[in-house]
Amino acid sequence: MYRRYLRPSLWREMERLQRDMNQLVGGLSSREVTPASFPAMNVWTGDDTAVITAEVPGVLADEIDISVVGETLTLSGERKPEEHEGGVRYHRRERGCGRFSRSIELPFRVDAEKVEAAYDKGILRITLPRAEADKPRKIAVRAS
Amino acid sequence: MTNGVPTLEAQKEEAPVLEGAERTRERRAYVPRSDIYETEDAIFVLADMPGVDEDSIEITLEKNVLTIAAYAESSDLGDYEPVYAEYESGDYTRRFSLSDQIDQAKIEASLRDGVLKLMLPKAEPARARTIKVKAD
Repeated sequence: MYRRYLRPSLWREMERLQRDMNQLVGGLSSREVTPASFPAMNVWTGDDTAVITAEVPGVLADEIDISVVGETLTLSGERKPEEHEGGVRYHRRERGCGRFSRSIELPFRVDAEKVEAAYDKGILRITLPRAEADKPRKIAVRAS
Repeated sequence: MTNGVPTLEAQKEEAPVLEGAERTRERRAYVPRSDIYETEDAIFVLADMPGVDEDSIEITLEKNVLTIAAYAESSDLGDYEPVYAEYESGDYTRRFSLSDQIDQAKIEASLRDGVLKLMLPKAEPARARTIKVKAD
């Protein structure tokens, strides 16, 4: 388990309880996907790098803003509705539009200068290298 | 929202399992959120399918039933460990029954930024037919 996301706040504790209950009742739905607001994000970690992926279909790359302050990443932007010339008649409208803004806590302090983002097939991928100062240091134990 | 545009949602809706037919792939399948609108000459379908490649979409139109099936690549990132998840990648599947006759030969499909756009031109006889009511 990843500790940063399990801070003992009452809210998180409630969420966890609810999830556990859902699993007990739902039985087979064992895969843990936390409900979220748009866009849905996944967090991955590797050696000294974190990767965040987000599902942002139909959002243009220039409409996405990424900012990193301390250990918090904020993703904001807008998904614009399609514009039509002339009259159209909607049969069905399920694809939401509008502005979005979300913040997520990073697993460690990152080097904001080296953050990279790529957008492909409606999925945004942000690569966040760990800040040098934050990297764990090995301390050699000297035998006396 | 104004003009009946829904608000943004992050959760994908899971596709129901068809009765008597089990999915061959052991992955989740989702119902892509879609917009459908009509102009004088065509019907347009827009479907949100993040993670899908143009080569992995199958679109069929049979007896006025439009079927969209797409296979999304796994989102696993090789050397990275997942530590927190709000979405899962999976396949997409959806069927619509169309009320108009479609000119099958002229259907166009494009994929951009994870959104599929289908243009289904109405067949000639189905186009604007105005029937004048004559007064006696």
